[in-house]
Order: sequence, then structure tokens, then C-alpha cells
Amino acid sequence: MILNPSILALLISSLLIAFMVLYSALYGAQILRRWDITSGSELQLSLERKTYLISTILSYFLGIQLISLFLFIFTVDSLSPLFVGAMCAVGTLTVNGFGYPTLLLKLVNFILAGLWLIINHADNAGYDYPLIRKKYLFLMMLTPLILAESTLELFYFLEMKPDIITSCCGSLFSPASRGIASEIAAAPVIPMKIIFAVTMGLTTLSGTIFILKQRLGALFATLSGSAFIVSLVSLVSFICLYIYEMPSHHCPFCILQREYHYIGYPLYACLLLGSVTGMGVGVLVPFRKIPSLSATLPGFQRRLALTSLISWLIFTILALRPVIFTTFRLE
Amino acid sequence: MPHTIEKQRHIIDFTLASLLRRRGKNGALFTVYTLIVFILASVMFFTYALKEEAAQVLKGAPEIVVQRSLQGRYAPIPLEYAAKIRGIRGVMAVRPRLWGYYYDSVFLANYTIMTAESIPLPPGSIAIGHGISRMRRAYEGDTISFTGVDGKARNFTIAKILPQESQLLSADLILMNEDEYREFSGLPPGLASDLTLKVRNPKELTTIAEKIVKALPDSRPIIRNEILRTYDALFSWRGGLLIIIMSAAVLAFVIFAWDKASGLSAEEKKEIGILKAVGWETSDILFMKFWEGMTVSLTSFLAGTILAYGHIFFTSAALFAPVLKGWSVLYPVFRLTPFINPGQIATLFFLTVVPYTVTTIIPSWRAATIDPDSVLRS
Repeated sequence: MILNPSILALLISSLLIAFMVLYSALYGAQILRRWDITSGSELQLSLERKTYLISTILSYFLGIQLISLFLFIFTVDSLSPLFVGAMCAVGTLTVNGFGYPTLLLKLVNFILAGLWLIINHADNAGYDYPLIRKKYLFLMMLTPLILAESTLELFYFLEMKPDIITSCCGSLFSPASRGIASEIAAAPVIPMKIIFAVTMGLTTLSGTIFILKQRLGALFATLSGSAFIVSLVSLVSFICLYIYEMPSHHCPFCILQREYHYIGYPLYACLLLGSVTGMGVGVLVPFRKIPSLSATLPGFQRRLALTSLISWLIFTILALRPVIFTTFRLE
Repeated sequence: MPHTIEKQRHIIDFTLASLLRRRGKNGALFTVYTLIVFILASVMFFTYALKEEAAQVLKGAPEIVVQRSLQGRYAPIPLEYAAKIRGIRGVMAVRPRLWGYYYDSVFLANYTIMTAESIPLPPGSIAIGHGISRMRRAYEGDTISFTGVDGKARNFTIAKILPQESQLLSADLILMNEDEYREFSGLPPGLASDLTLKVRNPKELTTIAEKIVKALPDSRPIIRNEILRTYDALFSWRGGLLIIIMSAAVLAFVIFAWDKASGLSAEEKKEIGILKAVGWETSDILFMKFWEGMTVSLTSFLAGTILAYGHIFFTSAALFAPVLKGWSVLYPVFRLTPFINPGQIATLFFLTVVPYTVTTIIPSWRAATIDPDSVLRS
């Protein structure tokens, strides 16, 4: 383990978050078992109050998770000088087997927590808590993932051993063939460009149809989900290359650095926002027939779809700007 | 959307007014909070700035230094080694270095003596660092005496005082001519302190180092990146250690915040009761509590960070430099170059604001779910 302030900060916050989520899951279980909207008992009243607590905790969690996602990448990146062969975050993430799973879980949990808050918001709009059971079942699913994330992160940092000089044995301990992958394998450029363009086009089209006609919600959500994956692959495959203007630098993390004007932050923020709100539209589609939601849900979905479309639009502009306007050419 | 913003604006308005009404209680919280942020931020700014300084300094260091170890300890290296190393493919140049330490028993300080290569010195004269000049009140043209290895004192004329800009490196430095240094220190001809290498392709550094160890098993090549790595780990470790020690203070602060947040006075309870009675919803009160937390957190965070910035970069970390810098009689006087990045700020945020916010969630929720009926009746 490396005693670094940022690592300590990440571990402390993930511990706090795990604790709070576990706490709300316990009450969630109680709500699942004992919830009875028709009852006026004291228990029911206290459970109704508890729902406020749980949604507050989850909203804070989402905010903290977003910053911690970036802080995680930043920390991992700044640790790269400590490992032989690691040039940036990619190398540090491969020092042990826990790096990439942690990052992946962080992303997945962010999206799931966002979807939970969307369902929660929709649920609060109905007077009879129509989605309460689904919402808490979802929370039960989310809790083990968040706990797993904290555990993986802990192991990732605990298992880190920096390559530093030992004081007097004078051994050169850095075998060059330790095999840290400092580059990631990337998908071929031209097919990826086509897939990216098609996915973005279809997402925009279905989103516009949804906003205007209130149809194809599920399709739009699926496309938003795929756009998330396609965008990540495209970033590695070609978008980053254009930003760096280097034909072999595929790192998706270096765009977060000052050399590239922190362009990565708005890119990733739009990417995450676009996919969460886009998928949120789809998650809510089955609930439109519920009487207490039928008045509010379409408006809420339209706002979500609009947010998603705008995020995807900004993302696409930011991503394609270097592709179109720099003199750098890949082909 | 404008409606939502308008609503939040009114809630913020109300929150600010209510915070100002309870100046004493919030003032105490603000002071403690600011102090915690100040201490942690100072530690972080200082270690990062030192790390950066070390990295800047090492940029000019040789790519590989070869030492010799005898009995597991550092020993002077024979000059024939240089010839052997020069034969390795990829090595552009090998230069022997002569340097050592000198203990001044009158002033109880350690100096570093090196042979002058870039500065031409007339026979019998030396160049000294600013720190030595300041301590011994010796200036250009003065004569200064040092005791050599044989116990006899030798006089040197000061030809030059090294410039102040490089104080971190040269405060305790003495530059001497090679033959004079050998005579002074007793290092026999044919031996050097260590060898420095220039390498054509930086990717070959490890390969070259491995070849050197194979050809000369008693040598110890040190690559510049290894030194950088070690400094990096060392400064982070020092900073992390201090933060762990201070986590007791953070914990105390969190308990204090918990106590402040959960111990609502009768008046505050009444206020929430009235708000709910006039139509505020539980979620509105939660928003109010959220803005309250944000106001206190961000104000203290900003104040603490600015104070720490001043402390580190204007007063050169007057409060705890001795712990972090290390121990030495000849302190270089230097001002750190400000070096702050978003990651540091985010780390600081996670060490202070996040624990505070998480602690106050449950008390705020308790306050927000107060039953107006029971409060107003009591």
C-alpha cells in the first residue's frame, strides 16, 4: 500500500459511502417487507419518513461517486511514476488485477445509481408511491455492487507495491519485461468511425421522435446504452488519437490532463449524463400505464430525453471537433 | 425549469438569513472547519510543492549514476570501470565524479564538497554555497580554512559565491579543483566517488544498467527515474503519514459536526415546525439543510485553502517545515513555487467536505421529519 493523501481520501470516502448504502439497504429491506400504503400504523409512518432519508443518501452518493470517479483516475494517473513501465493511468491500472474491475464497477454503479434516482423521482411524483417495491428491489441489487466496488478499490490500493530504490542492497530490481501494458489494444479505426456515426445518428433520431411523438422510448434507451459503449470504444479507437494528434497513443485517461485543456472532463461528463438520462427514459416506459403516474411521467420523460439529446450533441461536437478541424490525419 | 431555480433561490435566501441569525453557533463550526481544512491543505500543498521541486531538480541529474558497493556499502569506484562501461553499446559518455562530505566541527554543520567542472577555479581557491557564506560570514576574496584528512588546516581563497537561485542544491556546497580535492580528502588517484553516464536512447536505460551489473558485479547503477520514483513515494508517504496522524483531528471534527447538527435547539425545532405548518414539505427542509451544509462547507473550504496557500507559498510553511523537510543545520532559505492541481483540491474535498456532509445527512433528515404538531404543542 502506498500512503498517499489521494488514496486515503478515496478509501475514506468509499468506506463512508459503503456504510451509508448498507444502512439504507437495511431500511430498504424493511420497507420491502412491511410497506403497506393503506395502513396508518406508526411503522408505516416511520417507513414513509425513511424513504426521504434513503433518497437523500443516494443523491449524495451519486454526486460523491461522480467526483470520486475522476479523482480515482487522477490518483491512478499521478501514481504512474512509481511503477516501472507505467506511462499513465493505463499502466497503473494494470499493476494488479483489481484496477480495471474497480474502474468498471465505478462506472456501472454511477449509471445504476443515476437510474435509481430517476425512478425515485418518478415515484415521488405519484401520490401513492406506485414504484416503491421496484425501487427498493433495485436498491437491493445495487447495494452488493457498491460494496464490491469499495472492496475492490481497497484491494487495488492495498496490493500496490511501488518500485523504489532499496537503500543499500544496490540491486537493480526493475526487470524490463514485467509486462505492464502501457497501451491498450484498440478497435480498427474506419469501421469504428462508421459505427460511431451511425449510433449517434440513430440515437439523435430516435430521441427526437420520442420528444415529438412520445414513441420509441425503449429504442432510444437501448441506443443510449449502446452509444455509451460505442463512445468509450471510439474514444480509445480514434477520438483520443485526434486529440493527442498522435497515431499510436490510445489512452482514454490522458485527455483529462492539462496538456489537452482538460477536455476529458466535459467529454466524460456529457457521456455519463447522456447515457443515464437516455436509459432513464426507457426504464420509465413500462410505468406509463400506472394511473397515478400517467399525468406526470410523459413530461418527465421528455425532459430526460431532451437532457440526454443535448448531452450527446455536446459530446459528439467535442469529440468530432479535433477529428474535423485538426490537420492530423489517421488514414 | 426556471420555477425550480427560483424555488431553490428562495430556499437559499432563507437559509442564509437563518445562518446569520445564529452567528455564535455557526461561527464556532466555521472556525473549526476552516482550521481543519487549513491544516490538511497545508500538508498537501507543501508535500506536492516539494515533490515538484525535487522533480525539477532531478531533471538536470545524470541519467545513470554508477556506484560501487563493497561489503554491501558504498565505496569509491576505480577509474578502469569507466573504460569498461564506455564499451557498452548505447553509452554516449562516462564521467567520473569526485565528491564527499565535510564536517565543520566549529559550526556543527555538514558541507558537500565537489570538484569543479563547469566553473574554472585558480589554484588554491574554491567556490562556496550561499548557506556556508552566510553562516561563516565569508565572502568573495576572503580566505577560509578547512581541516584536511591528515588533520592539517588548509587555507582556500573564495573565488565565487554560488548563485542564490539554486539554494536547495547549493546552500551547503563547496567546489574545489580535482588535485586539491584528492590531496584534501585523501582519495587516492585512480578512484572516483561515482560515475555518471549519458545514454543515447532513454528506452535502453534498463538494458544498459543490466549490462553494467553483469560486466561489473560489484557496481550499483541507479537510474534517474528510480530516484524520481523514490522521492515521489517518500514525499507522498510523509504527507500521508501526517494526514493519518491528523485524521484524529478530522474524526474529532466530524463528531463535533454531528453533535452540532443533531443537537437542535428548541428554537430551531420550533422554526422547522412552523415552516412545515405553513406548507413547507419534508423535501424543502432537506433542501434547506443541504444548502446550509453547502454554505458552511464551501465557505470554510475556501477560507482554509486560501489560508493554507498563503502559509505554504508566502511564509514558506513556517509552521511545520522542520518535520517535512528533514533535518539539517544548514537550512537553505527558499520559497516554494506554487503548484496546485485539481486533483489536490478534490483530495482535500474528499478528506474534509465529504466526511462532514455524510455525517450531517442523518441529523438533517431527523430535523426535516419533525412532526410540526408535536413541536408546536410542546
